[in-house]
Formats: sequence, structure tokens, C-alpha cells
Amino acid sequence: MSRKMPEIPSASLADIAFMLLIFFLVTTTMDVDSGLRRRLPQWVDKEQEDENDINERNIFVVLVNKNNDLLVEGDYERIDNLRERAKEFMENPFDDVNLPEKEPKEIPYFGEVMVTKGVISLRNDLDTQYGTYLAVQNELVAAINELRDELAMRKWGKPYSNLDSEQQGAVREIYPQKISEAEPKGKI
Amino acid sequence: MSKFRKDGGKELPPISTASLPDIVFMLLFFFMVSTTMREVTLKVKMRLPEATELSKLEKKSLVSYIYIGEPQPQFQKTFGKAPRIQLNDQFADVSEVQDYVIAEREARVEAERPMIVTSLKIDENTKMGIVNDVKQELRKSAALNINYSSRRRAER
Repeated sequence: MSRKMPEIPSASLADIAFMLLIFFLVTTTMDVDSGLRRRLPQWVDKEQEDENDINERNIFVVLVNKNNDLLVEGDYERIDNLRERAKEFMENPFDDVNLPEKEPKEIPYFGEVMVTKGVISLRNDLDTQYGTYLAVQNELVAAINELRDELAMRKWGKPYSNLDSEQQGAVREIYPQKISEAEPKGKI
Repeated sequence: MSKFRKDGGKELPPISTASLPDIVFMLLFFFMVSTTMREVTLKVKMRLPEATELSKLEKKSLVSYIYIGEPQPQFQKTFGKAPRIQLNDQFADVSEVQDYVIAEREARVEAERPMIVTSLKIDENTKMGIVNDVKQELRKSAALNINYSSRRRAER
């Protein structure tokens, strides 16, 4: 009768598995990258001054200087109030003559709507801190997102992110994300 | 003869460790599935700014990264304290951004090229001068989809 093969010891299996585990713990990361999505404008060889033909009342000027102070439409502003100011500008609920003009536009689901011609113009100094710059961008994007959300709630009773892509497109046409960034030229 | 014996003659059997490897393998598989490989070793210090209007970057394979920040302490002797750009694993100059973007684009399948996103991981104390230079370079090389990487802030 042949002898039974001795069993392979499995005591060290745990150690091997631990080693692999520690290797993966060290070399991998868990964080999902998230951030503020923006689209840069197309590169043009010569900087054209195309802002000349936009009416003064249609531009919402935001300046950020090297001390991270904000100048909104000619007066000092705290960053906490920027969102409200931008919303008021883009919405212009009472057709104020100092706020942007509107033009009628045919939009699916809504029919003819008055769409604002307002543009947000953001300019910063070369010494502005990136953190401040991003906070300003965030507030401006937030203002437009809030307007879209409010409109979606009024029309369909659900937030913008829950609409289907055609409805989102219609809402986007009414409140376009028009944030133009002029190139910083020296001091502000 | 008592009903309750003091310390009995039998010893407690040792806990079996036969299932230990299984438990560890389970952990291992969890980590292998839920994490991703680290792309680069960071040579710059970064504290990302906070924002509320975030969107997640879904496809990791379509994202290329540009890091800007103060060099880590061990590199400050050679590179100084001024914010620097890091591409892949090394410090780079503004003029190298275009080459980097083109190389990243070449590495992707043609159908995916329009969807490439450049994620800018920039320290919040960096001055805008260097950020603007990078943005101009990105515009020149037609990498227009960008993502200002930031942390989530609780809504006020």
C-alpha cells in the first residue's frame, strides 16, 4: 500500500495574501477626481476686440485684483453676494433698463420666450490667487445652475439634472452659460 | 466530588486560522476592484481649492493631468519655492505643455480624442500668472475641455 502524500502546509498562505494586500493598499488610490468643468474658447491668432459691439448694459463685469478683491459692475462686492448679483443680472425679472436686454426666441417645450442677451465678463490680475479665481468661477456657474434649476422646477417640477437631454437642451438655451474670460492685461 | 469542577482538565482548543487566508483574499479583491493605480508620484505640494458646482470625471482613461504648485520640500533646494508645473513624473516648463498635450492625444484612440479632458490640479495659493500661461498653451494646442480639480465644500 502506498503512503499518502503529505498535505502542502497552508499556514503561509495568509502571509502571502497579506503581502499582496499591502502592495495594493500602497500603490493604488481611491479618490475620484472631481472638479469644475469649463470649456476654453478657441485659440485666435490675433486678439480681436469683439466686445465693442456688445451694449454696455449687456455685460456683467467682474474684476478680481491682486489683493483678491472683487469689483462687480463698478462697485466693491463680497464674494458671498456675487451669486445673487449674477442671478439678478441674468434673469432681469422686471425688465430694468440697466440690466441686459432680452430678445424673443423660439424654444421647444416653451414656445416663444424672452432670452437674455447678457454676458458675464471675468477678468483677473496676474497676481490673483487661484483659489479666489476658482471661487468666483464657482459662484458664477452656481448662479446659472440655480436659474436653470428654478426654471426646471417651475416647468416640470423636478431639478435640472433629472430632465432628459432634450429638456435640458431647452433650458440651456434659455439660460446659456456665457462666461467670457478676457486675458489679463497688466494691472487692474 | 463536586458538581462544579474548577479549571477542568481539558484545555480550550486554539482558534482555527484556516479561514484567515480567505478573509484576507476577500479584502484584497475589494481593494483591487475599488481603487485605481496611482498615475504619478507628486513632486509638488497641492491643496486643492473648494467648490460646490462639481462634476465627476467619469472615464479615467480620457483624463490627462497637469499639476501646478510649490515643489515638495526635498526638491526645494534645486527648484526653489516658486510654483512649478509637473507633467507626468517631472517638473516642466510652460513651453512643454503643448508637447505633453499632443503626446497625450496621440496615445488615445482617434474616436476618443475629442472627449479628452485636461484636469488642472492647482494649489489654491498659486498666482494666476502661471495658470494663465498654461491655459493659453492649452488653447493653442486645442485641448479645450478642462476641469479645475477641486474639493467639495458643504453648501452654505
